[in-house]
This record gives sequence, C-alpha cells and structure tokens, in this order.
Amino acid sequence: MMLIPCPWCGPRDQIEFTYGGDATVRRPASDAPEPEWVDYVYLRDNPCGPLDELWYHGAGCRSWFHVLRDTRTHEVLASAAIGEPFAPGEG
Amino acid sequence: MTQRFRLPSGGIVDRTQPIAFEFDGTRYEGYAGDTLASALLANGVHLVGRSFKYHRPRGIFSAGTEEPNALVQLGVGANTEPNTRATTTPLRDGLVAAPQNCWPSVRFDVGRMADVLSPILPAGFYYKTFKWPASPKWWMRYEHFIRRAAGMGHAAREPDPARYDHQYAHCDVLVVGAGAAGLAAARRAAESGASVIVCQQSPRWAMQFGDGNAAVDAVAPARWIDDASTALAASPDVTLLANTTAFGYYDANLVGAIERRADDGASSPRQRLWMIRAKAVVLASGALERGIAYANNDLPGTMLAGSAAIYARRYGVRVGTRAVVFTNNDSAYAAALALHDAGVDVAAIVDARDEGAVARRTDERLRAANIPVHGNALVMAAHGNDRVSRVDVTSHAGQRIASIDCDVVAVSGGYSPTVHLFSQARGRLRYDTRTASFVPDRSPMAIVTAGAVNGYCSARTAIDEGAAAADEALALAGSETVHGGRRSARDVGAPQAAPFDGEARLRVEPLWSVPAPRGAKCFVDLQNDVTVRDVELARSEGYQAVEHLKRYTTLGMGTDQGKTSNVAGIGLMARALDVPLDVVGTTTFRPPYTPVTLGALPGIHHGAHVEPVRRSAMHDWHAAHGARFVDAGLWKRPHSYPRPGESEDDAANREARNVRENAGIVDVSTLGKIELQGRDVAEFLNRVYINRWDNLQVGRCRYGVMLREDGIVRDDGTTSRLDTTHYLMTTTTANAGAIMQTIERLLSIDWPDLDVYATSVTEQWAAAAVSGPKSRDVLARVVDIDVSNEGFPFLAVAPCNVRIAQGTIPARLFRMSYSGELAYEVHVPADRGREMWEAVLAAGEPFGIMPYGTEAMSTLRIEKGHVVIGSEIDGRTTAFDLGMEKLVNPNKWCIGKPLLARPALTSPDRWQLVGLCAESGERVPRGAKIVADPDAPAPVPMHGHVTSWCYSPNVGAWIALALVSRGRERHGEKVWAVSPLANEKVQVTIQAPVFIDPAGERLRG
Ligand SMILES: [Zn+2]
Repeated sequence: MMLIPCPWCGPRDQIEFTYGGDATVRRPASDAPEPEWVDYVYLRDNPCGPLDELWYHGAGCRSWFHVLRDTRTHEVLASAAIGEPFAPGEG
Repeated sequence: MTQRFRLPSGGIVDRTQPIAFEFDGTRYEGYAGDTLASALLANGVHLVGRSFKYHRPRGIFSAGTEEPNALVQLGVGANTEPNTRATTTPLRDGLVAAPQNCWPSVRFDVGRMADVLSPILPAGFYYKTFKWPASPKWWMRYEHFIRRAAGMGHAAREPDPARYDHQYAHCDVLVVGAGAAGLAAARRAAESGASVIVCQQSPRWAMQFGDGNAAVDAVAPARWIDDASTALAASPDVTLLANTTAFGYYDANLVGAIERRADDGASSPRQRLWMIRAKAVVLASGALERGIAYANNDLPGTMLAGSAAIYARRYGVRVGTRAVVFTNNDSAYAAALALHDAGVDVAAIVDARDEGAVARRTDERLRAANIPVHGNALVMAAHGNDRVSRVDVTSHAGQRIASIDCDVVAVSGGYSPTVHLFSQARGRLRYDTRTASFVPDRSPMAIVTAGAVNGYCSARTAIDEGAAAADEALALAGSETVHGGRRSARDVGAPQAAPFDGEARLRVEPLWSVPAPRGAKCFVDLQNDVTVRDVELARSEGYQAVEHLKRYTTLGMGTDQGKTSNVAGIGLMARALDVPLDVVGTTTFRPPYTPVTLGALPGIHHGAHVEPVRRSAMHDWHAAHGARFVDAGLWKRPHSYPRPGESEDDAANREARNVRENAGIVDVSTLGKIELQGRDVAEFLNRVYINRWDNLQVGRCRYGVMLREDGIVRDDGTTSRLDTTHYLMTTTTANAGAIMQTIERLLSIDWPDLDVYATSVTEQWAAAAVSGPKSRDVLARVVDIDVSNEGFPFLAVAPCNVRIAQGTIPARLFRMSYSGELAYEVHVPADRGREMWEAVLAAGEPFGIMPYGTEAMSTLRIEKGHVVIGSEIDGRTTAFDLGMEKLVNPNKWCIGKPLLARPALTSPDRWQLVGLCAESGERVPRGAKIVADPDAPAPVPMHGHVTSWCYSPNVGAWIALALVSRGRERHGEKVWAVSPLANEKVQVTIQAPVFIDPAGERLRG
C-alpha cells in the first residue's frame, strides 16, 4: 500500500485516496474538433517512469493534488497542491 | 511408556508441566514448551501424514516454518484448521490433531496405490490430460482420481468463532527476526533513541542462538540473550512482538505481520494482523536448511540435520536410536555431536566432500565420540517401510562402501537465506558460491540485511552485522528520502572476519541430488511430491525458464512455498542446462511468507462490520411503524410499511394507490445534497448540466441532467436557487459522493477561475416528499407560508417554518414532483427530521396521509416514466435514448456535449426508452428480453430489454419501462417480454413511457 504525501495532511495510506489519472491531460477548447475530444476522453499515454498524476484525498481534506509517481516502482517522488510546483515527497 | 525419547534434562520444556494431547485418535503426553512435533517425536511418533500426490508415508522433516511434511488437521468443529505445521504449533492441553491425505488411517492408506501407478503420473500430468487425444470418459476418470488424491485437509464448515484484530503501527526501525543479529540490531537502534518494533516468529528470543551455540566474547548465549531482551523490554520506545511472523513487504516500507496470540480460540483476539509502516527495516530473517535428493529421501526418520539437533537441544528429545548424518557442509558435524550428546548412536557421517576425510583426522570431538566419517561418500538410497531402517552408502562413482542400519537420517544440503521479504522489497539477489545460496544484493527500499540472511554465518558475525545494520537503518530513517539505494550490510568483497572461538564455517560444496537407482524416487519438493526426474523431464520437454519449471512440476507451490526445495530445484535445472545458478535465477517470492489465516485479513470487518450503516433522522420512526428496510448503498431505506397480515407487495400497492388518491409521505433524506455558493454558480451549472441555468430566478428550482465526458447520461437531480449566489444541488443517492468528487475536481483543476464553492450537506438535512392531490391541504396546515398554486407554483422554492406542537422548525420548502402528483419536498436540519415527519403526518391525518417506501416510490415513477440510475441510466444511454433530447441546450457547451454527435450515439437503431403494458394481466418477468417471436429458433434476435417493471395498482396491469431498438417508432406494436431463465413470457404493447396523466396536469395543478 503506497504512502501518499497529501500537501495538506502529510503522508497517508493509499486507501484514503482516489486515483485521478494523468494530470497533464487538458480538456480541449469547447469548439475543438471531434478528434481532439476523442483523444481527450479515451486516449492515455502509458509512460514507463515518473508520471504527473492527480489524486483526491476523499477520506481527508477532500482536495485534489498532484503526485509524481514512478509507474515502474510505485515510488512517490513528489507531490504538489494544484497550481504549486512539486516538492520532494515524504512518502 | 510415554515420552520414551525424552531426555531426562535439557531444553526449554518444563518437565513439571505435563500436557495431554491427541493425535490420530491416540492420546499422548508432552510438556509445556513443546511443539506438537517435538511432543510427537518424544513419543517416538515419526509417521505423521501421507504425501500429496503419491500418498507416501511422511515424517517430521524440520523444526520450524519450513516444514513440508508434517501438516496436520488441527482442532475439530468450527475451530478446525487444515495444513497446520506441527513444527510450529505450540502444544497445549487438550490439543487434537489428525493426519491429512490418508484414508482410512495414516498407517493403512488406500491412496498409496498412487505410488504404484506413479509411472503414469509424471510432471505436468494434469496438463497433459487436457492434451491427450483421449475420450471425455477418460478425462472424467482422471479428474476423479486427481481430485480424490489432491486432498490437503479440510476447512471448517461452521463460521470461525474466533476474533481477529488489526493494528497499525509506525516506527523508525522495524527489526524482522530476533535471532542474534536481530537482537543486536534492535538493541543498537533502541540505544540511539529510535522507536523500534521487533517481530519474531518463535515464542522466545534468539532460540537458535540459544540452542547450545558457543559463547560470544566469553558470554554464554543464554546470558547474552537475557541481557539483550531485558534491555529492550526496558526501553520505552521498543515494541517486542513474539509469535509474530512478518509475512509480506509492501510499498513504502509497509510490512504485514501476523501475531499469533491464542490458538485455543478461548482468548480474544486469536490473532492480530499488524500493518507496520517503518522508516527503515532491518531484515534479520536467518536461513533455512535444505535437504539432498537421494532414493527414498522422504521416508519417516529423514530429517534436516540442524532440526534433529534442535529437537535434542531445545526440546530434550532424541529423534531416534541410531542415526546416519549425510552432509555436503560443515554444519552437520555440530548436529552429529548434538545427537551424540543426546544419546543417539551416530553410526556414521557421510560427507560428500573431501572435507570428511580431513574432519575425521582432525576433529577431536568426533574422535572422542567415536563417530566414523565417510569422506567423498553419498547416501545412495534409504530403505524401510513406514520408517527408514537402512541406508546404502556409496562413492560418487556408485561403488558400494557400506550398508548401515539406522532409524534416522540427518541430512544437510546447506542453508538457503530467508530472502523473501528482501525480494519483495524489490531487492536483487545474487548467487553466492561460498554459501551456495542466493543472498541479498541491492534493494531500492530502506531495508538492510544482517546475519544469516546474508549467507550462513557465526553468531559473532551475526551480532556485528546486526549492530552495523542498525546504524545504517538509522541513517536511512533519518535521511530526507528513504529511497536510497542500499546493499546488504555484509561487504561481499572483504575477507570474512577472523575466526574466533566457535566460529561457524559452512564450506559447502553444492550437491542437489545423488544419482538414483532405476525407478527410485528422489524427492526435491517433499510437499508437492516433485522428484529429480520430474525436473529433468520438464527440461527435456522445453520448460527451461524457472517460472515455467515451477508451474509445470508444481515445485515450490505447496503451502511451504518450497522453503527447503526451491534452491535445489534451481540447482537441478542449472545442472540440466549446464549453466550457473545465477543464469537460471529464482522464482518470485510472493507474500505471504507463511500461510495467513483468512479470518485475520478482514479482522473485525465482517458481518455487520463490513461497512458502516447510514440511517436517516427518521429511521427509528420507520422501524417503530413496521417498515421493512432495503439497502440503498450504505443507507437503510423503508421498502414499505406492511400492516398486520399484509404482504410487502400489497403494502406497496396500497401506498402507491394512496398517493394518487390522497397523500403520501416518503423519506428522501438519502438524496445527495450539495450547496454551491459564489458569483459564478450559474455558469458552473451551465457547464455541468445539459440544460440552461443562467435564467433560473431566485426562489425557483429546475431539473437537470449531467453527462459523462463521453456523452453518456451520468446523473440527474434538481438544483434550486436559494438566493442570488446560493444554490442547492441534489444528486441521486447512489452518485452523491462521486458527483461531489467531480465538482471538487472541476473547480480546483479545470476551472479555478470560477467563483464557486461547494460543500456536501447530505447529512445536514433531513428531507421528506409529500405527494398526492391532498398534499397542499396537508402542507397548508403545517407550514407558515402561502402554498396556493399562485403563491407557491410548480418548481417554487422558499424558506419557511414547520409548525410542531411547541414552536417551529426552520425549513426549506420545494415544489417538485417525482410521483407525477401535486407534491412538495420539506427539508429541515437533520436533528429536527423526526419532529417534522411527525408534524406532517399529524397534519395529514384528516386527509388520509400514509407513509410510503421505496417500492411504492418506484411504482409511481415507473407509471410516470421517470428514469433512474442503474435501470434506465445504465451507463450506455444518451439523453436522446431517454427522451430528454429537448433538455440539451443547443446554445451552450457542457460536459459530454462535444461527443454526442458521434454516429454511434445518433444512430436511429439505438435502443430507446418506451413503456410496455401487459394487457392480459400477466406478470412481466424479471430481467425480461424483448423479442418479436418467443418461439423462433435460437439465437432469437433481441430487440431490447426491460429496465423497470411493476404491477401498477393505478393502471390495473403489469407495466414496464424498456429500452427497445427504434422504440419510439413502434408505439402500439405488440412484442414479447421473455425470460428464458424463469421460463416465463408475456405479450406486451409498446407505448409512450408514461402511464398516468400524460399531459402532466396533476403536478402543476
Ligand atoms: Zn489531505
């Protein structure tokens, strides 16, 4: 079970969180062509290594935030509040 | 005579405390401090079970967790537990155990014919039965045989009466294993002021070290252990967990451990599951001895040499009268002397190495004990029926040297470090030729190894490594990141520490198997009956990867997970492939290290404690008035309120009819309620709902539908504008949490520029819907605002007060309708819910008000064609499918809209919402499919399926909602609703999905 460093609550067990997926995906402009929307809704990269992703602390402060996680090892490299730069993780 | 093989003194057993127990129907006696295995051996009992595949007689092979043979059925009735290792089961008064895999008895076993038939049961037999071009009849025979033979004890049929507990813990340093290395590490870490947890699978500290090892720095082991454990017990930040096995290593240094507290089931809890989050882990898990494969190396009386010595020294038990020791390393010499000291006649040491000759010349103790040593010699085969009686000793070339009568063969093939947790910590292993074993190399996690887990070593080395490992662990625990790369504490390049008094040497020369006589069985994996020949066969059939070898032969797949056999299996494969062991590699060491009782994993979270129960503020009233409850997620909701003598169905029909004729009240507190505040709420609602919101006036509410990003309908509900910048959104009961989560995400990540704040108030408000033609009359008597159609029209919202016997309750009144009747919703602070409920009921009494439950609510909404989550909103339907396309505002963007125009979502063939009516009066079957001709040959083309169905007391027939291909064009068409499972069918007429008041006049009146 991963230890996830919530920027507000500190390191907590994974069971308190919900996964939110790749944080680098951006919703297209409202008038974007359909293929862009298909890409946004369905297609995800599957990188081998550090991935900037979103987590939701539902059993804690109810915040969404960024986690930089190595997909090969589950190692949490850093976390960050929305709009903040990554700080080294405590997990 | 009982305990014939018990020594008059020595060991940890208490001879003043006899303990009576039963094995295989016979009563025996042992002593406090015994394990079941040591007590059986004290009574001369070696034959304790039959093997898994060939039903061969098997004896006690080891003295610990590695035991492959002595698995017993422990206890009876609800407390019984299969596959329990006799070697780790503490003896207790009244213990009852039975052998496994044998019928009718362990001495006379019918299944033994499997051994005779063994030529047709090679490796991969099970898989081959699928491939042979044999008739199904043959497969049936095999299957029966395999299933019959594959019995491994039986689980209890009754619920487990024992209690199990969970404990979470955090520490700076977790020490796994409290042998010499572990105790030294714990002591050093504790002295530095760190918080330390020590877990040790045996009941006492450093048991192996205490088994008569030589003194360290002139301090006797007993004294050293006593000093260390006393110092640890006195340290405030040290938690000592005996009888606790660390079974798994998980992400971020989380270690799972199981603490065995009371196996008699009388004390509570029986076991405790520890989840320990450690900043750093010192792994001092030791090493396990392994055997050597020779013909009939599975006969009872065959035992690991170190284990035979443990029985002598720790339990004061002679494991036999005359022993032959067979070894490829030095450790067995100490074991031979321990047996000799215990009064066992050691007939010979058979040493596969040249060392044997050296030892015979140089070791004074061996000479004094008059133990003959055969160097460069092998035990070629053992003989005997239910116990070994003789061994043949030969040269490596197979020339006969001697034939020796004996009742014990003490065998040592070297030691395999217990690297399981290190490997689970993503640690790389390295084959160490000096100890002929796989040892820890590097792990990216904060784990440091010490002692015999780094390869067989002396107590002195273990103690030194323990202290050094503690220092390294403390550095890791204190560092900024715990993810530093660390290697084992032993510097593999340096020469070993200088020998001192008692320095243990191994000087092992790998020997995995002995050339066998034709037709003889040489076992590698005793528990799974895997022989040397099976491994060779697997290789010749192309299974050369170690993971394939494991699965094809089942080597290492028993409850012991091959603790005494895996390395030998790898060695045999390496020999067959003619490559070094490194090249073959190891299989994955998956958790758990030892079997974990299933009951310990849920702990107390079973039965009523699986998940929390949510009850509305009116729950007690419902219960007191005969409500039958139904689960809605975690909520308990009233299904109906049957009167005496009334069925639930009749009650629901009465309740539904009364809503259409008079008035009803239903508890809707479970709906998700989210308060939204801020300048931009209208814009936010425009983006999340398909319909328009920027024109909603204060004091009005509106029905809205949300889509997923892919255009499929996700949720529906109403949102009310309470004030200029203050809104209340309701969601379905099921989606309340998920919608809240989405709103948080949208507001914090996607649209942080919007001035909107959201908070869930589901539990802050109790809510009741009052429906029916007389609901206005009811409300007029109980609220303090004008509820006339002019003063409070359809979709109005207003604050008000609910009058109760003494005073009033502040409330919010909504005019909205789910039943299709004139209806209102009253929301009050949750703690006033029951007062409000009772006040409305009292006011409604003259008008015939009745409470109604979810069943009547469902009937009412089916009659009106209102869709619900899970039935019509099933994760596949679009707004168009559900007849809501007019809600989609063409002039604005919303979530899910860009993909709505895709061809698959706009195809005219899509299944569309319709109503169905069975005019014949027959029942619409549960889960029915829609077909044109129920008697057509299969596969019958399917036109759709029923999503909701009920008997409508207001229509007087069975009605249903359904999704039917091109359904909207087919109103008036007769089709069939069929359920092949229930063998029911009924003809139905397709119609618009509304059965009552199609113009919607009632709810606006
Ligand atoms: Zn948090």
